[in-house]
Amino acid sequence: LDSPSCVMDRAFFTDPHSYFGTNPRKELEKQDAELMREISLTSATRFPLLKAPSMTKASAFPKLTDKGGQRYVSEANPAIKFSHGTTTLAFVFKGGVLVSVDSRASMGSYIGSGTVKKVIPIHKYLIGTMAGGAADCSFWERNLAMQCRLHELREGKRISVAAASKLLGNVVFQYRGYGLSMGTMIAGMDEKKGPALFYVDSDGTRLKGNLFSVGSGATYAYGILDNEYDPDMDEKAAVELGKRAIYHATHRDAYSGGTINTFVIRESTGYEQVFKGDMNELHYGQYAEEAAAEAAAEAGDAKVSMDES
Amino acid sequence: AKERSAQPSAHSGTHAAAMSYDRAITVFSPDGHLFQVEYAMEAVKNGTTAVGVRGKGTVVLGVEKKSAAKLQEPRTMRKIMKLDRHVSLAFAGLVADARVLVNKARLECQSYRLTMEDSPTVEYVSRFIAQVQQRFTQRGGRRPFGISNLIAGFDADGTANLYQTDPTGSHTAWKALAIGRNAKSVREFLEENYAEHATAEEKGDVDAPIKLAVKALMEVVESGAKNIEIAYMKPGQPLKTLPADKVAAMCKEIEKQKEADKRKKKTKKTAK
Repeated sequence: LDSPSCVMDRAFFTDPHSYFGTNPRKELEKQDAELMREISLTSATRFPLLKAPSMTKASAFPKLTDKGGQRYVSEANPAIKFSHGTTTLAFVFKGGVLVSVDSRASMGSYIGSGTVKKVIPIHKYLIGTMAGGAADCSFWERNLAMQCRLHELREGKRISVAAASKLLGNVVFQYRGYGLSMGTMIAGMDEKKGPALFYVDSDGTRLKGNLFSVGSGATYAYGILDNEYDPDMDEKAAVELGKRAIYHATHRDAYSGGTINTFVIRESTGYEQVFKGDMNELHYGQYAEEAAAEAAAEAGDAKVSMDES
Repeated sequence: AKERSAQPSAHSGTHAAAMSYDRAITVFSPDGHLFQVEYAMEAVKNGTTAVGVRGKGTVVLGVEKKSAAKLQEPRTMRKIMKLDRHVSLAFAGLVADARVLVNKARLECQSYRLTMEDSPTVEYVSRFIAQVQQRFTQRGGRRPFGISNLIAGFDADGTANLYQTDPTGSHTAWKALAIGRNAKSVREFLEENYAEHATAEEKGDVDAPIKLAVKALMEVVESGAKNIEIAYMKPGQPLKTLPADKVAAMCKEIEKQKEADKRKKKTKKTAK
């Protein structure tokens, strides 16, 4: 992969107006109408036995934004950088690395899927998360998995997390300006150096750290994480924290939701999914119970203190 | 690249076949030889001797220095080169070829450090050098490198390594090896004496590998200490050259030991 195999017209990303012309919406509608005409024409004349599709108005196609027909939200309003509709988090703790993600894929205000697998296993001791463009993340991380396997075959030992994240970062940097959208975390276990966590994004940023959260819901997750994170937590506490942080993010962020998937990467056994639960079930189940219990405890305390005074 | 036809000459026979099959590097001879590669090995045999010894706590590279001409500036370390902080290389053969290969290897070491955020193992470096040497036996119509290399160093985890590469492009690990002129006799000497020095090192003689290298070189170097260059590495430490006076002292000691052994043998004989 020395050079991109498909060269795109970058003008499309830097200045869509110039690409579309002065009135983008009319242009698109014209194109759509022409396409529909062509389809119905083709099927009628060439395949008379096929029923022509019912004529739908081009503008009935789901518009991803109501900003004049542009199809990429971030280009519609560059001041508001649309930060990858998702919440993913990962942190290093005593027992390894914990990774927790949601499972919603949104296209603007349309929920594309509620069951996206945002954790991509690279090998037994290394996983990557997905935020941003699903295709970009899954393709490049699978490509990274291939490179890691080759490394292992050539060198006879596992690739380090630092090197794996460096490979991904370098590749992504080559495509800088081509419109890749990825905010991923590479989390894993080194044979000698222990747990490691790197944040890699499509700008080419690569950061080593102990705690990261990526996505539109990251701020909500950070609120919970920064409050309760302790590098000496045991696994149970870490899983609970990862669950809770994602839950809070999915509760408040419109672009995060679905099921919460939590993984732990342990030194001895590699990665394992330790939790998979719908956030609504948590909301009305475990957390509702906890809130009720807390309220009861507080009421009990208040009563005791009232009796005393 | 020029296309050379692989047709046998008018008078075919192994000698004439050798004539027409040795021109182009990318052509096998009918009996399966790559003559250019074999001629490169001959060039190596013409080069000055280089010796490598792998101990547990020390790896040693020793070379035979050609005596400098009167007006020439004697430069140390022309034949023992640093590839990285923890890897060094000694070669036998064409000096200019070695420089090209060493430059490539140095670049690869740094490139590895940049991409992998870790130091390359000695095995990786020697594999890379071997791959470069192999490429020049197969593609591009270029001649092979006329050098064999001894690559020595310690990995980050403290294991000692000594690898050899040759013009064919193979790389192998060795406990001790000699290449270049008189390599055969030096190799025999090393085979006879390696075990003794290995046990001496285990028992606490830290300099045993260095002594072995000096002894081995003294077998074939005529003028003794001033034409021997020794460099050694220890885990986590850069390459160090043994200063000339120390080399001279070691050589004297070794000569004394030899004399003493000779006398012992003589007295044994007369006693019998």
